[in-house]
Amino acid sequence: MNHSAEETVTGIPNGKLGMWVFLASEVMLFGGFISAYVVLRTGSDFFVIPAREMLGVPLATLNTFVLITSSVTMVLALDAIEKNDQKGLIRYLWISLLLGCCFLGIKSYEYPHKWHEGITLSSGLFGSFYFTLTGLHMLHVLGGLGFIGYLLRNAKLGLYTDLRHERVEYAGLYWHFVDLVWVILFPIFYLL
Amino acid sequence: MTQDSRHHEETFISKYVFSLDHKVIGIQYMITSLLFLLLGFSLVLLMRWQLAYPGTPIPLIGPLLPNFMAPGGVLHPVSYNTFGAMHGTIMIFLGIVPLGVGAFGNYLLPLQIGARDMAFPRMNMMSYWVYFLGGVLMLMSFVLPGGAAQSGWTSYAPLSIISPGQTVWLLAMTFLITSSLLGSINFIVTTVNLRAPGMTWFRLPIFVWAQFITALLLLFAFPVLQAGAILQLLDRIAHTSFYIPKGIIVGGKLIDAAGGGSALLWQHLFWFLAHPEVYVLLLPAMGIVAEIITNNTRKPIFGYKELVGAFASIGVLSFMVWAHHMFISGMKTSLSYLFMTTTMLISIPSILILTCYLLSLRKASIRFNVPMLFALAFLPMFGIGGLTGLPLGFTPTDIYLHDTYYVIGHFHYVVVTGTMIALMGGIYFWFPKMFGRKMNMKWGFIHFWGTIITMNGIFFPMFIQGMAGVQRRLFDPTVQAHNIVVQPTNIFMTFSAITLLLFQVPFILNFFISIFKGDKTEENLWQSTTLEWACPSPPLPHMNFAQNPTVYRGPYEYSVPGREKDYWPQGESE
Repeated sequence: MNHSAEETVTGIPNGKLGMWVFLASEVMLFGGFISAYVVLRTGSDFFVIPAREMLGVPLATLNTFVLITSSVTMVLALDAIEKNDQKGLIRYLWISLLLGCCFLGIKSYEYPHKWHEGITLSSGLFGSFYFTLTGLHMLHVLGGLGFIGYLLRNAKLGLYTDLRHERVEYAGLYWHFVDLVWVILFPIFYLL
Repeated sequence: MTQDSRHHEETFISKYVFSLDHKVIGIQYMITSLLFLLLGFSLVLLMRWQLAYPGTPIPLIGPLLPNFMAPGGVLHPVSYNTFGAMHGTIMIFLGIVPLGVGAFGNYLLPLQIGARDMAFPRMNMMSYWVYFLGGVLMLMSFVLPGGAAQSGWTSYAPLSIISPGQTVWLLAMTFLITSSLLGSINFIVTTVNLRAPGMTWFRLPIFVWAQFITALLLLFAFPVLQAGAILQLLDRIAHTSFYIPKGIIVGGKLIDAAGGGSALLWQHLFWFLAHPEVYVLLLPAMGIVAEIITNNTRKPIFGYKELVGAFASIGVLSFMVWAHHMFISGMKTSLSYLFMTTTMLISIPSILILTCYLLSLRKASIRFNVPMLFALAFLPMFGIGGLTGLPLGFTPTDIYLHDTYYVIGHFHYVVVTGTMIALMGGIYFWFPKMFGRKMNMKWGFIHFWGTIITMNGIFFPMFIQGMAGVQRRLFDPTVQAHNIVVQPTNIFMTFSAITLLLFQVPFILNFFISIFKGDKTEENLWQSTTLEWACPSPPLPHMNFAQNPTVYRGPYEYSVPGREKDYWPQGESE
């Protein structure tokens, strides 16, 4: 039996509260990295910021757009299952999955491009932070894609209905968080 | 789920090894962490022999150690550094936190709020096994090439980036951080969501409050260390230079890295975890002391709401004091003033808690049983630990005392004679609930007096040494002339430590023999009010309570006028 469906004191399902608490710790994880970035960027004399042309801003902007769109389709997936539209749920989960993969595809084109420009993990502080943080973010995207894939499998088995679809909501929460992290990483690495 | 379907067939493995029952997981945590505590203590005994008699072979143990650790039975300097780093790591991350949070929290939190289990039992089991793997990895580092970590439990950069053994330490820490993350999510959701009907926030026992706030500290502080550890790992294996300044020369050679990083950055990230970590060690112990004191004074605790407020403000303030560990690191003076102020502020709730406990004793007819002795000993011992922290929190005095044995004495008074004593009291107090049998109290008295006296014998001379200027982490104290005056104290401390080990033998025997042979006990041995005493001893597997408990009143209704019995359990309707 799914524990999250049990009655709780607050009325919030355990799984949902657990996801929020987990995301709070994730905020601290990325917060730690980003404060390290801020400290060294403002404090170190050797923090060389590459020219904007080397960074490929248009491609990264496209990628931001792709990820935000995938967040929208996750909301649509939740909306579909709340109306008990199982076909709609599967359709929107597929679109989110493909958009997520598209994001990773564009990133895997960007990385070699950066190496070609001489920006690598060990080339200097900018490169170190860029690859560490975007790499960590990519791991989170991969985790999210796994979660969506798991939902898709269950959705095809018809396990979700308008009354029982908590996990779709939890996956959505996580996916929006991953999206939000990118929305912060994008300006600090590409625009500022 | 009907209640009957929980009584499925259980094999030995599913019942005792990969159990989902919070009580079994709690006991697994307890036994594992006690073993780690013994190991961490044994490591320091080897170091203490070197400090008392530098350059002489360690009796009995020395010849048994492998040649690279102790050639001819004499401790090698590198082994000394390794043991020092691993002593701190094992005691804090593998010993006291898993005992205070993993063992007591897991076992008692669901019982005290009247829940059947944690919110996520599967995650709870994973949290134990991830911790176990982290511990095994940490131990394996002793025999892996490069040996165990040797740059202290604080792993200051850039030393930690160039010294061998650190990579395994960082990987093992990742396991431990993951474990504590899984645990803290579970504790928070359980406390918020699974309280029994009638168990309002201000009817929670102080112990539950302490665990809840500890879980929040773990949740918010550990990810920052994880971030710092990932950066350190990359500095070691991927040639990044987050912590490596430009042009740093080690052993006459320029370090091969781009440079530009900051060694202080690591200290900030580390202490942002490690100061809240101090309260992660302390708060569960304070919760235990509250339970034992109210039970044995037969009175409500003094200032319940004030205590909750103090715990909460400690939780908030503990995130704002971290840089008081870094006063002499070259940080800006203006920042030192800020952190000096917040440090003085955090002593207010700590004193408030201690005062509430002391006032709870006033005019009480105290039952001096073994758990109560441990709880009472916590008060002055934690007092010494706390008050000796004040000179370290003021910058003018800290400049003199920093990096001396005074600091070691201070935090050992807080963590060992404070926290550890309270945790031992907790073991004596809840052992009958956990195993349905009593521990032998005569041996308990011997264990208590032996432990408290020898502990003071080890840690009190550290203040004297520190004020005489003896630096910490010295392999051979006699190399500095000013240390020779206080060298006899080292001999006294070493023999105190050996005696302390001997006095743990009755405890260990008492613990394991009582599990199987102790006298059977009734449901509510101590005539206590909180919910864990309303269920059988030991509580029913997977169920805890025979009937769903309902809570009618606050946690400490002792000696209520007009009632026949001097306690009024939370779950009793009349």
